[in-house]
Amino acid sequence: MSDPVTPLKGARYDGFCQITEIGPRGMIALRGDLVALAGTLRAVAGLDMPCQRQVTAAGGNACAWMSPDEVLLMLPRPEVEGALAQLAAALQNLHHLAADVSDARALLRITGPLAREVLAKLTPADVSPAGLPVGELRRTRLAQVPAALRVIAEGEVEVICFRSVAQYVFDLLSMAARPGGEVTLFRA
Amino acid sequence: MSTRLATGGRLIVRTEPRRFTFNGQRLRGFAGDSLASALLANDVMLVGRSFKYHRPRGIVASGAEEPNALVNLGTGPRFEPNQRTTTTELFEGLTAQSQNHWPSLEFDIGAVNAQLARFLPAGFYYKMFIHPRPLWKYLYEPFIRQSAGLGRAPKDHDADRYEHLHAHFDSVIVGGGIAGLQAALCAAETGQRVMLIEQTPDWGGRAPVDGDRIDGQDAADWIAATIAKLSTRPNVTLRLRCVAVGVYDHGYFLACERLGDHLPGADLPRHRLWRIRCKTIVSATGAIERPLSFAGNDIPGVMLASAVRDYIVNFAVSPGDRVVVVTNNDDAYRTAIAVKRAGLDVPAIVDARPDGGGALMQQARQLGIRIETGKAVAQVRGGKRVSAVALCRQAGEGAVTETIPCDVVAMSGGWSPVVHLWSHCGGKLIWDEALACFSPDPTRPPTGADGRAFVTTAGAASGLLGCSEVLADATKVGIALGGATPGAMLTPNGSAVQTNPLLPVWIMPQGAAIRRRGKMWLDFQNDVKVSDVQLAAQEGYESVEHAKRYTTLGMATDQGKLSNINGLAVLSGALDAPIPQVGTTTFRPPYTPVTMGALAGEARGGIFQPLRATPIQQWHIDNGACFEPVGHWRRPYCYPKGAESHADAVKREINTTRNSLGLLDASTLGKILVKGPDAGRFLDMIYTNMMSPLGLGECRYGLMCGENGFLIDDGVVARLGGDTWLCHTTTGGADRIHAHMEEWLQTEWWDWQVYTANVTEQYAQIAVVGPNARRVLEKLGGLEVGKTNLPAMHWMEGRLADIPVRVFRISFSGELSFEIAAPAAQGRALWDMLLEAGAEFGVTPYGTEALHVMRAEKGFIMIGDETDGTVIPQDLGLGWAISKKKADFIGKRGQLRRHMTDPDRWKLVGLETPDGSVLPEGAYATAPGRNANGQRHTQGRVTSTYFSPTLNRGIALGLVLHGPDRIGETLEFPRLDGTIATARIVDPVFYDKQGAKQDV
Repeated sequence: MSDPVTPLKGARYDGFCQITEIGPRGMIALRGDLVALAGTLRAVAGLDMPCQRQVTAAGGNACAWMSPDEVLLMLPRPEVEGALAQLAAALQNLHHLAADVSDARALLRITGPLAREVLAKLTPADVSPAGLPVGELRRTRLAQVPAALRVIAEGEVEVICFRSVAQYVFDLLSMAARPGGEVTLFRA
Repeated sequence: MSTRLATGGRLIVRTEPRRFTFNGQRLRGFAGDSLASALLANDVMLVGRSFKYHRPRGIVASGAEEPNALVNLGTGPRFEPNQRTTTTELFEGLTAQSQNHWPSLEFDIGAVNAQLARFLPAGFYYKMFIHPRPLWKYLYEPFIRQSAGLGRAPKDHDADRYEHLHAHFDSVIVGGGIAGLQAALCAAETGQRVMLIEQTPDWGGRAPVDGDRIDGQDAADWIAATIAKLSTRPNVTLRLRCVAVGVYDHGYFLACERLGDHLPGADLPRHRLWRIRCKTIVSATGAIERPLSFAGNDIPGVMLASAVRDYIVNFAVSPGDRVVVVTNNDDAYRTAIAVKRAGLDVPAIVDARPDGGGALMQQARQLGIRIETGKAVAQVRGGKRVSAVALCRQAGEGAVTETIPCDVVAMSGGWSPVVHLWSHCGGKLIWDEALACFSPDPTRPPTGADGRAFVTTAGAASGLLGCSEVLADATKVGIALGGATPGAMLTPNGSAVQTNPLLPVWIMPQGAAIRRRGKMWLDFQNDVKVSDVQLAAQEGYESVEHAKRYTTLGMATDQGKLSNINGLAVLSGALDAPIPQVGTTTFRPPYTPVTMGALAGEARGGIFQPLRATPIQQWHIDNGACFEPVGHWRRPYCYPKGAESHADAVKREINTTRNSLGLLDASTLGKILVKGPDAGRFLDMIYTNMMSPLGLGECRYGLMCGENGFLIDDGVVARLGGDTWLCHTTTGGADRIHAHMEEWLQTEWWDWQVYTANVTEQYAQIAVVGPNARRVLEKLGGLEVGKTNLPAMHWMEGRLADIPVRVFRISFSGELSFEIAAPAAQGRALWDMLLEAGAEFGVTPYGTEALHVMRAEKGFIMIGDETDGTVIPQDLGLGWAISKKKADFIGKRGQLRRHMTDPDRWKLVGLETPDGSVLPEGAYATAPGRNANGQRHTQGRVTSTYFSPTLNRGIALGLVLHGPDRIGETLEFPRLDGTIATARIVDPVFYDKQGAKQDV
């Protein structure tokens, strides 16, 4: 048995914000009729089905809305296998797709009061407090690659990107967080 | 001579001296100086040579419109050509070099061009060098390039960093003059999220220089108070040194903020490109003064009247002791008054209007300044600087009435609103007779998707020049941004001055002879004169766009900010057509030049492009792999050992794999999950062969075509469960094929119950290949991979060395082969274990070249080699993979078309040279005869060609006319060097046709 490794092995950069690789984390892509899946989601993960762009969270699990027919279920990595089995059993008669994508993604965290402007240097999405409120998850791009941004709290943002470009995204965020580049664009 | 005045200078800090050099000369200025003001303070009047005639040129303007004073700035990795001295802030240690001269600025050989000026008219190069054609490329162009050009190209890598910033506002107000400030204040009051930008380092624009008064106080005080108010508002973002680049559709707006230009070496992003989305853009960009066209108007010392007073008031710099003012409007009187108040001399104001001006003229007269109305400049005297002006009557032909010695000629031809931002997205202009300029036509604005205007103008940019009118306009515009009605927000009370109307003057004097017109510059930077534009008109270039290109008027780095209106007015005069009918050229972004660095933003060096890495990438790097790009991946091409050549490494990797054991990192292969009650039916449409009947645990090789029938991708499909399939694609096909599937599902078969997921990156995939492949898996333990338990084209799931895996028994090499998919997070661990367990078999990792060669030895096609978007499976002998039973699949209809069923289509064969040499890549087989273009007929081409270590000879695959029917025939393939290679047509499977080696 080998322990799962994250692509950047917990790399960290200290600029005017801190960039840290986090994870591993269990992630399941779940596609289907979100209304019909709601009961199963509650039973398997103890979570409400999130509305558009929302994330529901409880007891270390979270579920993020990805598209009108897809959510991303996040849970401890060792629990993925069990959760997939439970989903398969509960959804035998409902058309759906559940796939383990825990290792397909990399997770990075931006911490610091200016976290939003690190994002604004790289994404065309409106990441102002009004455009991306705390608690929401936004799928967009960072420079040249797709990414999802989740504002956990003011000053704490989680970035989900594909594993193969983890280094690129880490380097992008580090460059954007380099001291001297502070903008103070988003004032309270 | 020009010099620093003892007192005054609202922008400079005399306690903070700044040292700098110009052409190696050590000079001093102050903090707050522009490079231009600092040069003038040091009596540097001659700053460059013109582009075509190498005429001596001095500073004309004080802002972004400056055409002449461009320098090579900085050295080494911070060297930059064509930097505008008027917009360059002075900093300690600045080094500048003048441009476009040889051997020196003072003595320039190219100036001989000026003597030849009458032989170098508009269109000279077009006419002279068009024939004979080949000489252009080899003789004329290299020669002309030598003598032309402005600054030098930088040679070093740029030392600075740059960044983009995406921002979202309700409105962006461009221009930090009193119009922009007042509009921002009003918009902010209505709750709008506003950004206000100003291109210079200071707020306020011209108002403080022009002596405007607002609400009874000096403009400067009102500006300071307004900025203080705006700074406290959370809904207002203020940026100095931030210049508008362009307006684009859908409220997209670019601006470039210069953070580091004045602080070289500071650890800052040098430029920040603001990429803004907003509902409305307010162009409060002011106006630019027009030069007058009189003979010798390019001699150093001839300046815009507004620039002369800017240098005096802002920087306490006197451009000269004796300033003659030449004007056709009232505004230039302000310059005369400013010069006089600075204690300098104004020998005369030359006003082309017979009746002169209004209140300001009276003021000038009271100061004792001599005013000559109805007069004009016949000629400016001087070489490298002005020595005198010769006066004449504006109405006449230029008979000199008097010569006045002077150092500076301050000229004003009126003001033109800066309409660039209004025009970028199609805002229309109207001809303003009173001001003799094009102004924005508020009835024809640039409109957004909703049909509403998304650019408005305020203040001078609207064509309003008086302080009180400007403020009233800005108030109205600012309030309208928030959709509110004027209420509590009162218009500040701006000062008003009685003025007389302007007299349009396009040529001075109006009847000037050709001798004089040939010395009247319109475009200073590109050396376009009044006579050139008149010649263009005479030669039939009636459209303003054609005349522009023929004469190069307005095509220099200043983009005609000074020359545009004067040029088209001269053109309209020459064509006897009214100016509005002649129209203006198109305004395009960028407003001022923007650095490549700012446009590139963060995308340089290591993050120029995303490079995708597999979970095993670091091992490849650590072990000296030579990489090749495959999409954004970098895949190992081969792993040379020590001094081994690539060819030798490939040979070793293949031999080791065929004889014992090789490992391939196949993680980049696309993996797409397809699941649902209709998934089987869906795959039967996506693939040319049948996928629905696959049994659980089975794999099948499949082909995908586009709707035209051409082959787009291939790969192995595995049935994972009752309604679940896993489709492997090529490395480059993963995203493309996933999108292809989703497109059909979302647009055509939206009612089918199918979900797909691209799980490519979830798995590391390792091909374990060779006669010892099974043994190494057995060593790791946990799975029964014997022939009966896991036959070819089957897969199984379990734990290998306690890592959860899926093992596919598929082979593209002809050897016993297992492709093992493991969670990406454990892929590297599995790779390391396989290497360790394989050591006793002499295991080798192999790269993409070995993969390609082994595929070719087996006659397997490669997407992108054997296919090029024009090849159908039938061409490749893959008819067996096309279902005859299915009613339909994507591409079926296309493949039935006449051209696709033509028996003359080129078909896949093997090719072997008699001497074992390797055929050239992409070579064509010739056929007898020639086509209509005199080219040899062809009858086939090489699609893949390699040296095969297994067979110890060159092998190739190719597409050949009637190929499969011509086995044994010999073809000729001309090489690029003129020699001819021959090759025999053979079966495309070169190695182990029976498949005995993998059937173990």
